Amino acid sequence: MSRIARRFATLRAQGRGALIPYVEACDPDYDTSLATLRGMPAAGADLIEVGVPFSDPSADGPTIQKAALRGLKGGSTMKRVLEMVRAFREGDNETPIILMGYTNPIEAYGPERFCTDAKAAGVDGLIVVDMPPEEADLLAGPAAASGLDIIRLVAPTTPDARLPVVFSGASGFVYYVSITGVTGTRTASTDELAAALPRLRRATDLPIAIGFGIRTPALAASAVRVADAAVVASALLNTLEGTLDADGKATPRTVPDVLAQLRGLADAVHAVDKTDSK
Amino acid sequence: MAKPLSHAPISCGVEKLSATDTQAGANSLRSGPDGRGRFGIFGGRFVAETLMPLLLELDAAYKAAQADPEFHRELDYYLKDYVGRPSPLWLARRMTEQLGGAKIYMKREELNHTGSHKLNNVMGQILLARRMGRTRIVAETGAGQHGVATATVCALFGMKCAIYMGATDVERQKPNVFRMRLLGAEVVPVTAGAGTLKDAMNEAMRDWVTNVHDTYFLVGTVAGPHPYPQMVRDFQSIIGVETKEQILAAEGRLPDAIVAAIGGGSNAMGIFHPFLDDPEVKLIGVEAAGCGLDSGRTAASIERGKPGVLHGNRTYLLQDDDGQITEAHSISAGLDYPGVGPEHSWLSDIGRAEYVGATDQEALDAFQLCTRTEGIIPALESAHAIAYAARIAPAMGRDQIIVINISGRGDKDIFTVAEHLGVKL
Ligand SMILES: Cc1ncc(COP(=O)(O)O)c(C=O)c1O
Repeated sequence: MSRIARRFATLRAQGRGALIPYVEACDPDYDTSLATLRGMPAAGADLIEVGVPFSDPSADGPTIQKAALRGLKGGSTMKRVLEMVRAFREGDNETPIILMGYTNPIEAYGPERFCTDAKAAGVDGLIVVDMPPEEADLLAGPAAASGLDIIRLVAPTTPDARLPVVFSGASGFVYYVSITGVTGTRTASTDELAAALPRLRRATDLPIAIGFGIRTPALAASAVRVADAAVVASALLNTLEGTLDADGKATPRTVPDVLAQLRGLADAVHAVDKTDSK
Repeated sequence: MAKPLSHAPISCGVEKLSATDTQAGANSLRSGPDGRGRFGIFGGRFVAETLMPLLLELDAAYKAAQADPEFHRELDYYLKDYVGRPSPLWLARRMTEQLGGAKIYMKREELNHTGSHKLNNVMGQILLARRMGRTRIVAETGAGQHGVATATVCALFGMKCAIYMGATDVERQKPNVFRMRLLGAEVVPVTAGAGTLKDAMNEAMRDWVTNVHDTYFLVGTVAGPHPYPQMVRDFQSIIGVETKEQILAAEGRLPDAIVAAIGGGSNAMGIFHPFLDDPEVKLIGVEAAGCGLDSGRTAASIERGKPGVLHGNRTYLLQDDDGQITEAHSISAGLDYPGVGPEHSWLSDIGRAEYVGATDQEALDAFQLCTRTEGIIPALESAHAIAYAARIAPAMGRDQIIVINISGRGDKDIFTVAEHLGVKL
């Protein structure tokens, strides 16, 4: 069983939802992002998304765009990202790590070599934002051969008839993009979420994570009431940005402030009792 | 090929979908893209899931429109009476004499309403957007020619219009920015990256993904996710269809070479496509070499790039070893893009078209050559094509023929040119 499947099975047995925080590699430098990553499990992260900086994040809002640029300035390359995951794995062999990024850096690295190296570094799953099922054959073979989960995105615009296409070849969990829009902007209403989840549940048995626009403990809690996990990215990146000095460098507040916010989100998520929901 | 309905002796129809084209058989180079929107390994639909259902809907709507004679009738009407088609094929006598070699013809796309080839595509897509019930249009623009064309049809049809334009381009293409605002469009300067076309494209995609319920993304070149490269090519193919009829009427034979500038590649694809199956016609795409192909400051994606994925398609891209897209450079805002349409990447790989570069300086020289010898002030984009034609013409025989696609007029560029000539306006 993959780390991701194991983690969700444990959470389900405990009747708990999951919090999935996001950290952008090398934002604003390698050591800071590694320290944040290492601190995340103790602060309540159940799984972690590691953002792979890309020069043209066309599906992301201003917050992640800025984080990606800081990451690139901070020396991020695919090799560095994998090094960071390897360093994290030295102290944590349980918390699943999912890389989130765009197709081109993977294509430039070479899809096969990428999957092999990512798995060896301790990566568990991949979310490739601009790789819909129609283009997934680029990674499907190598990912399966390496035992990496491919996490599929589903959107409010995805019609029911298309769900089987989206879920074919999906593993690990499913990522529900709760709004039509870019990351870090609008928030879906509780009603919108409550309406969306049943149609996804009918089409898949995989755990469902909700992302895009979850910025507060209350929103995170309401997300895991209907889904299995809440992804929080922009809210944490905004906090990080606020701790940087005038030159954009990390300060002694950077890691503790991000982790403190994460703890607040995790407490809210873990307070939700899911024992009678499936 | 089914003859499109037409008003003029020269047909104003869009080239029929290649799949329904009886002449574009299995061995035709005109039958692409395949069902996945690929030209060889290039093209495709690399977009977020939110957009995927919209692309499928667009593809279906486009196929339905292509099969509907009423759509062609409507498009023909607007192309003739609003855009002003057909555009003339002009024998450039004085330039021919001055260069002393091949006979030079110019396809006069700068005479279209709004001053460039861009309106051919925009007219097709706006009619499609209306059929699809969309009420708001977003578009990216570099030089502002596509933005102006889009703002124009939005005024014509009373639709809301937002144009994304890199902040650098807003600065260097001021007349077009003002024009768009006069036409009622909202021009949104984009400060991300170098503030050029690539960044405008990202921002237009973000707008589209946010406003999918009422918004149509009107892509201005033969790039982006499928079906855009195919659709824009089909709408622009009117250039090549007319050129073929006109050169046959004037010379009784096809030209030896066709030369066109390459930004995203729409004016080039439009004039190339009807000639793809005529191997005697050399097709030459001129990329912006900027400060020189090896200067590191260039927009020559095919000559200096590697295949990769950006803006929804796989194509040649200027990028570093880590797959990060690098900034392009060209004096011409319309060519200042680190990618190129996927069909060009494929035509380059299979050797059917040749891709070369012209520098900023060569374009400036050609701009003046064309102005002085023909009384035609070309767009700086088109000046790249003129520059390359001027380089090869002298070595060609006087019985040989070159057609240059004059994709736009240069009024928008006089400030840039004046600055480079040291003149204060
Ligand atoms: C006059 C003119 N020619 C050419 C181009 C380049 O675009 P494409 O390569 O799609 O024709 C532009 C783009 O703005 C333009 O305005």
